[in-house]
Amino acid sequence: MGIKLEINGRNIEAEKGETILSALNRNGMHVPTICSMKDLSPSGACRMCVVEVEGRDNLVPSCSFPIEEPMKIKTHSPRVLRARKTNVELLLSNHPDDCLYCERNGSCELQSLSEDLNIRERRIPGKRSPQKIDKSSPAIIRDPSKCILCGRCVRICEEIMSTSTLDFAHRGNELKISTTLAKPLNYSNCTSCGQCLVACPTGALIEHVQFPELEAHIHAPDKLVMVQYSPAVAVSVAELLGYKPGTDLSGIINAVLRRYGFDKVFETSFGADLMIIEQARIYQEHKDLGHDFPLITSSCPAWIHYAEQYYPELLPFLSPLKSPQQMAGALMRKWFNETGEGKGKELISVLISSCLAAKTEARRVELIPAGLPVIDLVLSTRELARMIKLSGLDLEQLEPELPDAPFYSTASAGKLCGVAGGEAEATVRTIYAQITSTEMPPSKLHRVRINKSFREMTVKAGKSEIRMGTVSGLSNAVALIEELKMGKRNMDFLEVMACPDGCINGGGQPIPAEEKLIRTRTKAVYDLDNGSKLHTAHGCKLVQEIYRDKLKEPGGELSRELFYTSYSKREVLL
Amino acid sequence: MQADREFLLKLAQHGPSELTPDELRQTELLRKIQITKPLVMVNSSTSGIVAGSMRTWEAIEQYAVDRSIDLDLAETGSIGLSSEDPVVSVQLPGRTRIFFSRITAEKVPSLLDDLFHQVVPEHNVIGQLQREGQESWKDVRSLDDIPYFALQDRIVMESCGIIDPFSFEEYVAGGGFTAFLKTIRSYTFSEVCELVSESGLRGRSGGGFSAGEKWKAAFRTPSDQKFLVCNAEESDPGAFMDRTLMEGNPFQLLEGISIAAYAIGSNRAYIYIRSEYKDAIRRINSAIKNLREMGLLGDNILDSGYNLQISLRKGPGAFVCGEETALIASLEGRRGMPSSKPPYPSTSGYLGRPTVVNNVETLSNLPGIIRFGPDWFRGIGTEDCPGTKIFSISGRLPMAGLVEVPMGTSFDTIVNKIMGGVGRGRELKALHVGGPSGCMVPVEQMDVAVTYENLKEKGLIMGSGGIVVMDDQSCVVNTVRYFMEYLHKQSCGKCIPCREGTRRMAEILGSFTRKPADEEDRTTLESFKGLMRLETLAEVMKDTSLCGLGQNAPNPVVSTLKYFRNEYEEHIFDRRCPSNSCTELRSWFIDVDLCTGCSICAKRCPSEAIIGAARHPYFIVQEKCIGCGICYEVCKFTAVYYK
Amino acid sequence: MVDDTARIDEILGRFPQIKRNALIPLLQAVQDEFGYISEEAISSIGSHLSLPTSKVYGLATFYNQFSFSPRGFYHVVLCNGTSCHMSGAGELLSEICKLLDINDGETTRDGLFSLEVQSCIGACGQSSVMEVNGEYHSGISVKEVREIINQYREDAGR
Ligand SMILES: Cc1cc2nc3c(=O)[nH]c(=O)nc-3n(C[C@H](O)[C@H](O)[C@H](O)COP(=O)(O)O)c2cc1C
Ligand code: SF4
Ligand code: SF4
Ligand code: SF4
Ligand code: SF4
Ligand code: SF4
Ligand code: SF4
Ligand code: SF4
Ligand code: SF4
Ligand code: FES
Ligand code: FES
Ligand code: FES
Repeated sequence: MGIKLEINGRNIEAEKGETILSALNRNGMHVPTICSMKDLSPSGACRMCVVEVEGRDNLVPSCSFPIEEPMKIKTHSPRVLRARKTNVELLLSNHPDDCLYCERNGSCELQSLSEDLNIRERRIPGKRSPQKIDKSSPAIIRDPSKCILCGRCVRICEEIMSTSTLDFAHRGNELKISTTLAKPLNYSNCTSCGQCLVACPTGALIEHVQFPELEAHIHAPDKLVMVQYSPAVAVSVAELLGYKPGTDLSGIINAVLRRYGFDKVFETSFGADLMIIEQARIYQEHKDLGHDFPLITSSCPAWIHYAEQYYPELLPFLSPLKSPQQMAGALMRKWFNETGEGKGKELISVLISSCLAAKTEARRVELIPAGLPVIDLVLSTRELARMIKLSGLDLEQLEPELPDAPFYSTASAGKLCGVAGGEAEATVRTIYAQITSTEMPPSKLHRVRINKSFREMTVKAGKSEIRMGTVSGLSNAVALIEELKMGKRNMDFLEVMACPDGCINGGGQPIPAEEKLIRTRTKAVYDLDNGSKLHTAHGCKLVQEIYRDKLKEPGGELSRELFYTSYSKREVLL
Repeated sequence: MQADREFLLKLAQHGPSELTPDELRQTELLRKIQITKPLVMVNSSTSGIVAGSMRTWEAIEQYAVDRSIDLDLAETGSIGLSSEDPVVSVQLPGRTRIFFSRITAEKVPSLLDDLFHQVVPEHNVIGQLQREGQESWKDVRSLDDIPYFALQDRIVMESCGIIDPFSFEEYVAGGGFTAFLKTIRSYTFSEVCELVSESGLRGRSGGGFSAGEKWKAAFRTPSDQKFLVCNAEESDPGAFMDRTLMEGNPFQLLEGISIAAYAIGSNRAYIYIRSEYKDAIRRINSAIKNLREMGLLGDNILDSGYNLQISLRKGPGAFVCGEETALIASLEGRRGMPSSKPPYPSTSGYLGRPTVVNNVETLSNLPGIIRFGPDWFRGIGTEDCPGTKIFSISGRLPMAGLVEVPMGTSFDTIVNKIMGGVGRGRELKALHVGGPSGCMVPVEQMDVAVTYENLKEKGLIMGSGGIVVMDDQSCVVNTVRYFMEYLHKQSCGKCIPCREGTRRMAEILGSFTRKPADEEDRTTLESFKGLMRLETLAEVMKDTSLCGLGQNAPNPVVSTLKYFRNEYEEHIFDRRCPSNSCTELRSWFIDVDLCTGCSICAKRCPSEAIIGAARHPYFIVQEKCIGCGICYEVCKFTAVYYK
Repeated sequence: MVDDTARIDEILGRFPQIKRNALIPLLQAVQDEFGYISEEAISSIGSHLSLPTSKVYGLATFYNQFSFSPRGFYHVVLCNGTSCHMSGAGELLSEICKLLDINDGETTRDGLFSLEVQSCIGACGQSSVMEVNGEYHSGISVKEVREIINQYREDAGR
């Protein structure tokens, strides 16, 4: 503290070098911002945050102006308000009047900015730049006509996801966000993580919505429609339905999905439990081979996509397992085909996920045996909320229900996979039991639950040690892998999640994805585990039954057929 | 002409004062004051080349071969009169040098024939350059007697067009590098900063920021590495003083850069130059090579312990890269998008290190300031604005070129007295000063003494000194529209007010200067009938744009709304262009007596505005006509006319 | 003829330091060598400098100097700087566009001409100015521009 500021007649103190915006926010004052983002490099591009500083000719952007000396500041003078309003009007002059038809209607920052600034008239007419919509990606649609060029997507893709699919191209009124050589997104190196989309303030980046396609299937008598939803969905969809953030709605969701018309309702966490058991075995194999590089998880499709592009040499170290949803999907399909329940019916498999990359994953050739995808439709958490609203059901009056048998687990292990570190934690529990034949106290691993993108821990299991690590956010993963490659660190088992904080902050999750909300969602997942009676995947009776009746043993013939996949180098413009 | 290094360094160290008579003679030889064989110098700078000086050069070579004449043929820069190019000067041993204008290749033989017969041709003579110990030509004006030169005070451009820009020897013989050697031998870093502060030198690129103060800021910031960047982007189209300085006297600039780099304690300097400036690049590269050979660049320069590297970087073409933070981004290999200040480059610039960015003209002033002292410099110009300023003048006047005058000289002197005004029976309407984001100076303000403060007071700016002259046939609104269109193409697009604002302004101005092409156009015109909105837009752009481009983009609009509001009103309300240069505002008619009814115009009219029956006079429906003038062009019977 | 990959590698070899500030000089060298920046060049430069290709593309599109399609046999540069504009460069431009049926930055279908509009070639005293493959034409009118273009066409025998 030290520098005195007078803001709108009030005196406050600020630290030398801190930005005006930060001083304002600390003191409960708010100015609109578009381009500035926490933890990302400042850009100073949108000019929405301008304030009036006495003695300066022009208004100054509060987000990037460091405080060096005492200042008198006005944040909402008529001059400032007129400037902000005019700039939003300028944006709107090149914007389609499309709100009613827009994916982001209601969650659009441009919309609320116009509302807050009381824009009631199209005062600046003008020609709009014609733009081409890119629908090539199974996950993401880009509609540049709604882009306000704030650059958030560019920065997140570069700085957080280390992918740099997008950058600004051209300049002036030709300025646009573009892939290399303006190629369609599916020809680019985009991993479909969807982080850019969550960061985008407008409808310029939206998901490839699939839930309307559901209509054609759901009531068809000749179809058996199965659905599974991922653990992160259960604790997040509440935000979009007017519940307190962090409420776990899993039981309710089961009820809603049944009412909506799904014939079979499952939780992806069941698939995650299978994955954990299979993975523990693979770990042992990996150890036995004496590799000096860790076994790396493969449950995150964006990470797989990334590794295939950037780390072809690491592909042998990736766990050969499919993602939990694909494992569950494969098993379900086989089961219902064989048990006769699906006889004479077309099986339709639907995934509801916090993960946008799952939409692209579902089209991977490696995952489409005999030309038929294992998962037909992938909906996001947001789509689920829309579906629920459309169903007209009053959730308050629904009783929680259990998922369908037999793919149902009572363990909390698989559910943990919704957060970064969860898969590692749950897997190590099973590895521990495998090595020592005793159960590890669950709290032993709580040290990996600190709020950090990279966590590392060495677990003693009998005579051996499990050096486990977990990293989220692709940039953090890249930094870590470089260290591993140079031998600066050593590890046996590494969990990589593309999205920062894991699937709880996935590209299919509710918008806005503020830090506070992410924390709450994460806590909800951990609460589930803490309150659970059964913590390990291998401990679940229902899971054991599946192995007994069907799969026989982890790594067995059927497991390999259903759960294993392969990776190959991807040639794209990087 | 080769001279040995020892001698040149001695020259640079002591100047001509301590030389033996023998050495003095050699110096005169190097300076081309005394020569032994005929000397022909051709302006091979860009404006010369565009006017054909390369062919002139070949013609001279051919001439010498054909007639077996032993002559020295040398390149030189522009003397400032670019409309007179190719300028050629000829000097015979013992005599003064005469400058000739517009010597295209075919004029070479007769010109040289005459001169070698000691006859001065009647045409194309500009004047002779008087220098000590030379016999002057009779009946030839001295350059100093011509108003163009007489009213100027050339301190930076003194040698432009006179010396050979490829000759290090000639530069040194004229006193070159004495300033640099004095700097590194006798002054500490901060003393140089202080000296330049005292001289009152202000940045010549437009802002008028004190050079010394900027240096001090960089000097005071601790860092492992500091950079000096010479801004040679000269992005203002219509300005060409920096180019002329680089082409005419590259060593002076390099000496200036060396002094500035030393002052801030930097060992690394860059020249960021427009890649279009091929000829300037060639000269600077050659000069840098010379300096390296002489040991005036590199490690431990002349055993002073001071190291300096200067490298040239070609700007790949973007107006905004003239802005210093954008320039730095470009140097770093990024998109040339400006960034917010603070931090200023002087504390955190290239690669995050303290970086001083100075303009070519600013830096070219330094050797003189060090050599003759701050007091000498303060004696020129005004109290607040010492020194001179170079203006480039082009546009609607017969002469075009550069003018260097003391600060405080009036526009009237510059344009009318020195450049001879618009002539041709036309009337001066306005000066557009300072490039696309400059301002329009009306005739009433021609007497204002040009300094940064005086202009600011009147709502005008100097910019980098590009002056485009407008006469009664130039349309103010249309010119402003041109600038706005230019700017919206050049805007980096980063911030909203500039990216969207320049574009909307260009559209609005466009709707004033033509008939509405579509509904959108019509709405634009309607909503901006009250010019108030244009003014609001201008204020917000100025208030909130990130960099100088957006902040200054409304300047042309604001200054013309202030001084030429009536022209706007005529365009908007009367839908006519007073200078008749907005062709698309013209009203077209068909003369029934001349029209043969051939129907060609009706077929070609893009908006189906012409109706009629074959072999009867046709008729233009005014409401449909967009004023393109095609009918006028295609009518073989001159039946179409406009009002 | 040496194949493109070898020529690109040769250029890359001239810039051994893998620093981002070599990007523009590198692109300039490629542009000078080939007259345009090909997809292959973008990807080689990207991997040489360890820069994402989107950044290479993003940078290259920012600056006027770089183009992504091959230049014409005749590269026409028209000045539309202030001074040239005052002398009617706008009309010259529309005339050239009409004559060649291309816009700024484009190349004719037969590859004979490409057009680039610059702001100020640096000879405002001789406006309007046009440059074709290094040859300058100054003080030109609409009529002259037609003749000049036709002359080039004739020279090329088309
Ligand atoms: C849009 C814009 C374009 C500019 N172009 C140039 C330029 O072409 N040449 C130049 O020397 N300075 C230019 N400047 C000014 C530079 O940012 C910088 O202030 C200058 O190089 C400092 O030099 P000086 O202090 O010697 O004047 C420009 C500024 C802006 C905002
Ligand atoms: S992006 Fe926002 S403002 Fe634009 S149409 Fe969609 S909801 Fe409306
Ligand atoms: S917000 Fe206004 S425009 Fe939109 S639907 Fe409601 S009433 Fe209609
Ligand atoms: S989805 Fe992910 S990888 Fe693709 S562009 Fe967006 S942030 Fe980048
Ligand atoms: S796509 Fe969205 S996030 Fe990216 S620049 Fe446009 S508005 Fe901003
Ligand atoms: S972290 Fe989760 S949500 Fe994000 S891409 Fe990976 S699997 Fe999908
Ligand atoms: S004012 Fe214009 S040129 Fe400057 S940063 Fe903003 S958009 Fe770019
Ligand atoms: S000027 Fe002539 S050709 Fe053009 S629109 Fe009017 S009538 Fe038609
Ligand atoms: S081209 Fe001339 S003569 Fe023919 S119809 Fe038109 S106006 Fe009449
Ligand atoms: S939030 Fe400050 S400029 Fe965008
Ligand atoms: S301008 Fe109206 S008839 Fe053409
Ligand atoms: S404006 Fe065309 S040469 Fe300068």
